Amino acid sequence: MTPEEFKKIGDAHRKKRKDFPNNINVCTAAGCVSLHSEKVKEALEGEVKKQEKHKTCRVSGTGCLGPCASGPLVSINDGQALYAGVTTDDVPEIVNNIDKNPVKRLVVPPDTPFFAHQKRVALEHCGKTDPESLNDYLAMDGYQALYDTLTTMSPLEVIEVMVNSGLRGRGGGGYPAGLKWSTVEKAVGEKKYVVCNADEGDPGAFMDRSMLESDPHSVLEGMAVAAYAVGASQGYVYIRGEYPLAIKRLRNAIRQAEKSNLLGKHICETPFSFDVDIRLGAGAFVCGEETALIASIEGHRGIPRPRPPYPAEYGLWGCPTLINNVETFANVTPIIRNGADFFAGIGTEKSKGTKVFALAGSIKNTGLIEVPMGISLREIVYDIGGGIIEGRKFKAVQTGGPSGGCIPEEYLDMPVDYESLAKAGSIMGSGGMIVMDETSCMVDVAKYFMDFCRTESCGKCVPCRVGTAQMHNILTNISRGQASMHELQLLEELCDVLKHTSLCGLGQTAANPVLSTIRFFRDEYIAHITHKTCPAGVCTIEPEKETVS
Amino acid sequence: MVVQEQKTGEKPKKDNRRKLVDATMRRHGHSSYALIETLHTVQEAYGYLDEENLKYVARALRVPLSKVYGVATFYHFFTLKPQGEHTTVICTGTACYIKGVPAIFKAIREHFDVEPGETTRDGQLSVLTARCIGSCGLAPAMVFDGEIAGLLKPGDVVERIGGLIGNHGEAIKR
Amino acid sequence: MSASVKIKTLTIDDRHVGARENQTILEVARENGIEIPSLCYIDGLSAHGGCRLCLVEVTGIPQLLPACMTVVEERMEVSTQSERLRKLRKNILELYFSERNHVCSVCVSNGNCELQDMAGETGMDHVHFPYLYPDLGVDITHERFAMDDNRCIMCTRCVRVCDEIEGAHTLDIKDRGIETRIITDLDQNWGDSETCTLCGKCVHVCPTGALFEKGKSVGEMSKRRQFLPYLALMREEKR
Repeated sequence: MTPEEFKKIGDAHRKKRKDFPNNINVCTAAGCVSLHSEKVKEALEGEVKKQEKHKTCRVSGTGCLGPCASGPLVSINDGQALYAGVTTDDVPEIVNNIDKNPVKRLVVPPDTPFFAHQKRVALEHCGKTDPESLNDYLAMDGYQALYDTLTTMSPLEVIEVMVNSGLRGRGGGGYPAGLKWSTVEKAVGEKKYVVCNADEGDPGAFMDRSMLESDPHSVLEGMAVAAYAVGASQGYVYIRGEYPLAIKRLRNAIRQAEKSNLLGKHICETPFSFDVDIRLGAGAFVCGEETALIASIEGHRGIPRPRPPYPAEYGLWGCPTLINNVETFANVTPIIRNGADFFAGIGTEKSKGTKVFALAGSIKNTGLIEVPMGISLREIVYDIGGGIIEGRKFKAVQTGGPSGGCIPEEYLDMPVDYESLAKAGSIMGSGGMIVMDETSCMVDVAKYFMDFCRTESCGKCVPCRVGTAQMHNILTNISRGQASMHELQLLEELCDVLKHTSLCGLGQTAANPVLSTIRFFRDEYIAHITHKTCPAGVCTIEPEKETVS
Repeated sequence: MVVQEQKTGEKPKKDNRRKLVDATMRRHGHSSYALIETLHTVQEAYGYLDEENLKYVARALRVPLSKVYGVATFYHFFTLKPQGEHTTVICTGTACYIKGVPAIFKAIREHFDVEPGETTRDGQLSVLTARCIGSCGLAPAMVFDGEIAGLLKPGDVVERIGGLIGNHGEAIKR
Repeated sequence: MSASVKIKTLTIDDRHVGARENQTILEVARENGIEIPSLCYIDGLSAHGGCRLCLVEVTGIPQLLPACMTVVEERMEVSTQSERLRKLRKNILELYFSERNHVCSVCVSNGNCELQDMAGETGMDHVHFPYLYPDLGVDITHERFAMDDNRCIMCTRCVRVCDEIEGAHTLDIKDRGIETRIITDLDQNWGDSETCTLCGKCVHVCPTGALFEKGKSVGEMSKRRQFLPYLALMREEKR
């Protein structure tokens, strides 16, 4: 495509949108779909025809609108009003009022703190465009950043922008993205690869899923920019097999981009060629680890290997490979388009930009949010999240999934950035944030995560293979009131062994949920061990220990 | 070769499934790297990974039998057992867990006499678990025959499953 | 050796040693008579990095590194015997002993077992983690050899020798985590395997009594491994 063609398609589409003074966007991301938003969309289309408004009002599907639990969500006239909990019964009234006052009983107040505290960069198009339409994406200046990169910037200039933006990997580790790109660029190899890690493994996280379902083209565009910068010609998206809708939309987007010469040979009539293929994950958390992910793409058991060498030098089939996650790639286009300073101007000294979180648990407003780094946990929980459900008392925020920890009330005013979360015994992780109230037992939560690590351990190294099983047994005994203080000591000892001797990140961090709950909620462990009670009333205490033969 | 053979004569419908498997392997040039992609296709077409297909794929991609078995059992998305007429997937992600999955397990066990990961004796219902289906905003969430549903209570689950298998929530007599 | 091979100098436990580039810490240490414990590594097969006993400290790097897979660097300072390493190694060995049944007094490899030797060398005198002891089967269907899962430590030497040296790839691993087991072909009886060549290399590289020749009783199974570096070299030459 040439810039003229870009402009033509974009303009035509923008005009088309203008020709319809009214529009209705129905959220078709998985959350709302499971609340039957597609039936609502069908009904709206029918009703618009019935009321003969189809020449002025357009109904389309769109990506995630945010507060998933209040779905199905419908956005009127580009955000003029947002309706929550829409049913087919509401449809005639919605269409009837489309050019009048919004239907009051359905409206989510626009000044609601859920939106006021957010800042959208990676999610800039989420909820504004139809994820299945390339034209919609082009109308939002989509692929303009790729075109400009290919025609006006050298690979080193692109990397310089990434370095200056301060973007750090959003998959959990927080490794500076620019530095990683630069290493792959410098690495010598006949072929290089760019891999998008969409194997969102943390239980309680749905950022990658929502982004791919809502705006797949922005991830593809980010990958293409990265491929140009590091000199790669082949890309893979490694995506969970459990995300059928995201896979479908990604496939569709790849096909559209290939047809329009935005992927494939000689992109936009430049010498640069880049193909993207999808590889399906098959339910192994450890494949989020870079070297295991590579093994899996190569068709093997997803077993990690020691690093170094890092995939940046020795990755897929031994070639230099750049691996970033979905959110990292989604940030690339906004950074190229708006400049490094724009991104670096958001956030804190060491953690720049914004972070997408999947807010879930015992909180009023669950959903997908994007906030500037440095915001306090309290703002997220009480302003955006609307506080705890059913008037219960807050207990902890869990971040970082099975590699993270539970953060108690006294840390709520701490800014959200990589270093602060680590200091509080947790990690940023990929962005799962689960709020727990007084009805959750911290021993039970630790046991839950250890059960997860035990079943997800690949079994290659003995500390993780046997250690997680041992720790799960001990936690089970504690939760049943069958353990002594000696076993608590053993548990802490095992945490230390796993942390220092496990081969990969899964084992090295598997102890974090245990360590953080022991650190902040030791009294709950003591209650189970010495008083044989579960303060939250979750665990079934069976103090009579069966005799072990 | 295989495709030509199939074109010459009338084959029963089930051979189309093998064609799908062949197509996936062909798309990847019968490279051994295509093992996982091919196993995905086998499971999609046949519902599970049976021994005959494991052997077939091993031979076609020139991957050792033990390696095929090792890969098939490493990834929990794959199953080596035939599934029931209907399947439900219970999400066991963190949000779902703290919002009531244990109670849902209990209800399913009581009403349908089946444990997670198993199929009812009459082959009507398979109850599977997933480590997270990414619908945490709607926890607890489940998938009923491919359709995601959220904000579930144990009663809703019993009703939904009852609707699927034509047993309207009445407890199966043990 | 061609003239282009570069030499690196480093210290291991405060001893100055020279190494060819691309050599691992473990290789260099053994060449110089410095013993680093290991159970999965064996000369002649690819390194695995799973047993975690060869972890060493390298000055300036916060994590411990596996000596079997870490390539030497100029002026590297390696420490293999610190108090911290000794304690962690003991803990790891205890985890091995707690995982499956390793009662030496009834084992065919009693007295010829690397796991047993390792316990002696590291001074591990008791296991303070609870024993898991799953009840696993013994496959005696093969005409010459037997496989006792209860003694297996998942070092994967047998899998590697079968694949890399014999080229049969009869053996592999099924499942994952604590459930992992060594399998033959499609997890069938060893005796029914159509790919096994009966070469017996797997038996002789096995560090414990998990793989043994039939007809041996307690303490009778000793292993010969001198063929392995030779065969590995010959395979290399052919390539």
